[in-house]
Amino acid sequence: MTTEPTPVPSAPASTEPEMLTGSGAIIRTLELLGVTDVFGIPGGAVIPLYDELMTQDKIRHILVRHEQGAGHAAEGYASATGRVGVAIATSGPGATNLVTAIADAYMDSVPLLAITGQVFSTSMGTDAFQEADIIGITMPITKHSFLARRAEEIPAAIASAYHIASTGRPGPVLVDITKDAQQNLAPFIWPPKLDLPGYRPIVKAHGKQVQAAAQLLLAAKKPVLYVGGGVIRAGASPELLELAESTGAPVVTTLMARGAFPDSHPQHLGMPGMHGTVPAVLALQESDLIISLGARFDDRVTGKISEFAPNAKIVHVDVDPAEISKIRTADVPIVGDAKDVIADLILAYADAAKGATSDVSVPATAEWWTYLHGLKEEFPLGFTEPTDGLLAPQYVIQRIGELTGPEAVYAAGVGQHQMWAAQFIKYERPNSWLNSGGAGTMGYSVPAAMGAKVAEPDRVVWSIDGDGCFQMTNQELATCTINKIPIKVAIINNSSLGMVRQWQSLFYDGRHSFTDLNTGHGTAMVPDFVKMADAYGALGIRVTSKDQVDDAIKLALATNDRPVVIDFIVSPGAMVWPMVPQGVSNSFVQYAKDHAPTWGDE
Amino acid sequence: MTSHVLSLLVEDKPGLLTRVAGLFARRGFNIESLAVGHSEIPGLSRITILVDVEDVPLEQVTKQLNKLINVIKIVELDVAQSVQREHLLIKVKVDNTTRSQVLEAVNLFRASVVDVATDAVVIEVTGDSGKTQALLRVLEPFGIRELAQSGLLAIGRGSKSITERVFKN
Repeated sequence: MTTEPTPVPSAPASTEPEMLTGSGAIIRTLELLGVTDVFGIPGGAVIPLYDELMTQDKIRHILVRHEQGAGHAAEGYASATGRVGVAIATSGPGATNLVTAIADAYMDSVPLLAITGQVFSTSMGTDAFQEADIIGITMPITKHSFLARRAEEIPAAIASAYHIASTGRPGPVLVDITKDAQQNLAPFIWPPKLDLPGYRPIVKAHGKQVQAAAQLLLAAKKPVLYVGGGVIRAGASPELLELAESTGAPVVTTLMARGAFPDSHPQHLGMPGMHGTVPAVLALQESDLIISLGARFDDRVTGKISEFAPNAKIVHVDVDPAEISKIRTADVPIVGDAKDVIADLILAYADAAKGATSDVSVPATAEWWTYLHGLKEEFPLGFTEPTDGLLAPQYVIQRIGELTGPEAVYAAGVGQHQMWAAQFIKYERPNSWLNSGGAGTMGYSVPAAMGAKVAEPDRVVWSIDGDGCFQMTNQELATCTINKIPIKVAIINNSSLGMVRQWQSLFYDGRHSFTDLNTGHGTAMVPDFVKMADAYGALGIRVTSKDQVDDAIKLALATNDRPVVIDFIVSPGAMVWPMVPQGVSNSFVQYAKDHAPTWGDE
Repeated sequence: MTSHVLSLLVEDKPGLLTRVAGLFARRGFNIESLAVGHSEIPGLSRITILVDVEDVPLEQVTKQLNKLINVIKIVELDVAQSVQREHLLIKVKVDNTTRSQVLEAVNLFRASVVDVATDAVVIEVTGDSGKTQALLRVLEPFGIRELAQSGLLAIGRGSKSITERVFKN
């Protein structure tokens, strides 16, 4: 991400600025910023905007069925491409329906531009019909927000919002525009002056800090590159690959960073954290040097923070200074864009290595790698067949990945299926894995997959969803069918809120309180997802046994004239392993249910 | 816990105070006092915040505040290197027997009486919190009927200005 104001093509020269309505200015501004697709739904306070939308063909508007869908679609669009995703909603409930998606984008640093209508400026503050203080409501979950009360303010507000959303640490920015501002005429002046004296993201890191990091890396016997979502947002995967190969250090990719480093690479240990691979978890835990690249030491990664990686020095690279030393004190703090910093670090490391006098024929990390290879061999990712004779959800997800390949985009919901999709699909390229990491928003998957498919129509886009998640946002299947957005949905139907059920099984004496959804095996199957798919004009397929899995996936891959929904009826008993129970040290990672050190009462 | 005085240079935009105050609340930090007013530069306001936190969380507060788009600059003002003042208006109950004692206290503290009634006086005092707290202790026995207090104001000693390097680029 750059600090330069977003480059914008200049409007044709003329002596008198053109007069536009505020709505016209919204669309012209978006167009000049390079926006080609927006997701939204009209309502009273944005009718003027929608009237203008109808008169142009530069921007494709996708009519969603719920504003949350617009928000997640814009997120999926952004996460699949790195471009800014745009969502439009009306005032009041339209705007509040966007809130979940905005919060989600905030937690996962997704460049999202949310445009909301507001009641007439003269009615604001009077509890007018469909009035909500959406700026106030979203203040804690936006990077920034703007209120435009006058047509003249619109170009600068949207261009500033776009700039802020897409630079530095990306994030959601909201622009609230009153109905009178949309209706009134104002001269359209482009480019507008971006007056943001308090916004100066730091991109280029201090050379001294980078050299210090290189020295530590050279001296380390047990280094790990701890790669977070920032590497994907920064587009730094090529640099990461070079850094890893030039240093020989092992790499772990967090849930947000799956695909930042190829899974097939021999230096890749997999995902760390609560459901990480044993080698990734223990590599972090036992390392003597963690190079954190665009990661934020989330509790789901560190486990009990006071016991996390006790012997490791920390080099923390982040574009957001507030992330550094927030959770774990950094020995070498580096504020900068991951792409630039990693490039600098590669050079600094090469310089440091030249100056080093030690014998390089045996790398200092040889012993470390012997240990890690042992872990990889002893604790590979795997699963056991369910004892109830039903399908193993892991198998289904693994086959989707194997039959579809790494060029596809995979968008997961939240829960067990999300973890399995992070584990059992092999990611080879950045932006191929979309999920709700920080917020854990159930319902993310279908609309996010829709957004990704709009952004990248030539890629196969899978929504790997749960039966619980699917029921939160499946209305967007209508949007997909009507707008010819042929996503493929795999419902991993275990008939329950599976992750909660897993915790109830493990930590609450098997008391499955309100986690049965009755959508799967041996239940009333309400709703019937295949009938539902049919009702939405999608191809619905039900799979209940292992021998049907491949055929169903192949049929889905061959069907591109409409969305596909496969209802995989899987075992409710399957659990996500490995697991580090909440609140304990990562040293207590459990490989499988009966295969680990026991842990105390948590 | 230790008290820290933060001086913020901010854009004078609607909702700015909500953004600053909200950030303190959601990150779990307490504002002890707050003073807001225009700075010497048109369009920029200056906020002085007194917070009671340890050094490490303070760093996090400062970094989070810096992320607010409308916040231009933050400095921590050290007690020794800055002038810090509070401004109080105190309404004290008086009668014929106590009035002279109250006025004596006012003189000792170089405060002033800004309103007089038969049964009360309003006292204005400016100073650091040591002085103002001491005066309040002295006045307490007479009966404080009302107290209005500004947030702490602070400015660095010497010729340097927190605004001077802001607009160089």
